Amino acid sequence: MSKTMKTVAIVGAVAAAVTAHSTTPAEAASKEKCFGISLAGENDCAAGPGTTCAGTSTVDYQGNAWTLVDAGTCTEIDLPALADGTPREGSLTELDRDLPA
Amino acid sequence: MGTRQSQFRAALLDPAAPVPDGLTDGAGAPTVKRFDVYRNNVTVALIDALRTAFPVLRKLLGDANFDPLARVYARAHPPRSPLMMHYGQDMPAFLDGFAPLKHLGYLPDVARLELALRRSYHAADSAALDAQVLAACPPETLMGSCLQLAPAVQLIPSPWPLFDIWRYNTVAGAPKPQATAQSVLITRAGFDPEPHALTAAQYAWLHACQTGANLTEAQDSASATDPAFDLAPLLGLLLQHGALTTLTTPKD
Amino acid sequence: MLDASHRSPSLPKAPGVGYKPQHFDALRSEPGPVTWLEIHAENYMGDGGRPHAQLHALRADFAISVHGVGLSIGGEGRLDPDHLARLQRLVDWLEPASFSEHLAWSTHGAEFLDDLLPLPYTDATLTRVADHIDEVQDLLGRQMLLENPSSYLAFAESTWSETEFLSELTRRTGCGLLLDVNNVFISATNLGDTATGYLDAYPLHAVGEIHVGGHDEDADDHGAPLLIDSHAHPAAEPVWTLLDYALRRTGPAPVLVEWDNDVPEWPALRAEADRAASALATIPAH
Repeated sequence: MSKTMKTVAIVGAVAAAVTAHSTTPAEAASKEKCFGISLAGENDCAAGPGTTCAGTSTVDYQGNAWTLVDAGTCTEIDLPALADGTPREGSLTELDRDLPA
Repeated sequence: MGTRQSQFRAALLDPAAPVPDGLTDGAGAPTVKRFDVYRNNVTVALIDALRTAFPVLRKLLGDANFDPLARVYARAHPPRSPLMMHYGQDMPAFLDGFAPLKHLGYLPDVARLELALRRSYHAADSAALDAQVLAACPPETLMGSCLQLAPAVQLIPSPWPLFDIWRYNTVAGAPKPQATAQSVLITRAGFDPEPHALTAAQYAWLHACQTGANLTEAQDSASATDPAFDLAPLLGLLLQHGALTTLTTPKD
Repeated sequence: MLDASHRSPSLPKAPGVGYKPQHFDALRSEPGPVTWLEIHAENYMGDGGRPHAQLHALRADFAISVHGVGLSIGGEGRLDPDHLARLQRLVDWLEPASFSEHLAWSTHGAEFLDDLLPLPYTDATLTRVADHIDEVQDLLGRQMLLENPSSYLAFAESTWSETEFLSELTRRTGCGLLLDVNNVFISATNLGDTATGYLDAYPLHAVGEIHVGGHDEDADDHGAPLLIDSHAHPAAEPVWTLLDYALRRTGPAPVLVEWDNDVPEWPALRAEADRAASALATIPAH
């Protein structure tokens, strides 16, 4: 791509994005609404784990064995990997292959 | 023998290890169960933390798989900081090396995404770039300028349909992931991080920006990945979600 | 040793609650008797976002107590300089009315074990903990409060009682104390002592804050009662009785309700704060 064409591409994209943006309400407008926690615990979860200064009587400290049982949504998703562990389809490798030399 | 705290540390995370000597019930009688309270507190606290930390992994694997996995992980990788909000840094590498889950090759990227969502949630606040600053910038200056991404912006490259996997497990009625590559961009316009799917070229552009490339260089990176790359939709997304903070022109 | 000019602003002698983000809106619209909040320091050591924004809003209406759970003040190693710097940053911008930590350890080497682990009460422990308290108070330029732990076991090598140990720490460092009456009841039950006997021997003059909270009941290897400090229920009746016993001797004090696991909707937590208010209402000013 020539320098001129590149300038046209970038400047054109910036102009288009700025125009589109000026007609779209910014996400930040909803900031005040989400200040608290509207759905119990939901945003708490987004915060990640917190510290604890309490103990627990739920007993779960024994055992170190691990066996895969048939559970979870992974059983509904079929995305097998190749034997070497790389994804079978739609991978970046495949996209790379489509590139012009 | 080691110090008291070394003895505790060794026995806390290994239920088969002997209880340290010299611990009593207060009346001088030895006790195992009382030490087990601490074993239990530590183990359950860390498993609970991981359940909160990786909700999508937990849904993908189901509690029956996730909880015992969390126990194995917690013992091998206890937190290295009291900032529990970032616990689980080693989860991607741990999953990558965990043979029984090798067939679910996308799990490490899901862990990376969940770590990045928490980094974004706790990242510094920033004022969004005024789009008019871009509009007012002369073309020649613009070409050599760099765009700074907000501190809350996160990028997770993936050869898996990472965004669709996340959405399938968090949004009711979302379609099943199909075999395609999706890297993920996380923005945070207010306080809630939001993931977006990226094409390979969009990822290349953002990655270039993040590592200090100017707009010409970023365009070259993206075009090398996809000659038909159009910056406009990505730039629109970034402006709308407050993902850009400053335009640094060459003379700055 | 901290000199008297560094005494900190103090908390209201009124009920407070451990702050949970899901109670943000309820606290602002119907706080009931609650005039101050306690946060865990570590949960606000990120760089910004909602956690900081909520605190900025809340500090306009409530006094804030910063309660650390990750400093590992009883740790055998040195205090983590990175963590101290984070704590200083938080205290600098939040300007809390109080900072407190636990008589416990939680960090070993580079690992954080996410529990308040017990200490033998020996001369060596005393020296180490006093040094660490001095370091924190010097850094923050303010007095800190130290909380008595929940004990599930005792160490054969201990040569100090917990109350003597805490008294000596206040003498050496000038620190204040956070009296957790739930922990007093748990430790006394678990180790075969009496809770009122503990309070009679405890340096009540140094108390800057009192905690109440809930516990679970279990049994040890020999069938003896073993109480667990779960913070997952309303405080038990004997704990409220112990609060009355303590308040009659300290006079009015800041009383905090802790509820950290299975956190309920606001009305249930507020009911506990109401009960703390009732307890305070019967205490004449000293």
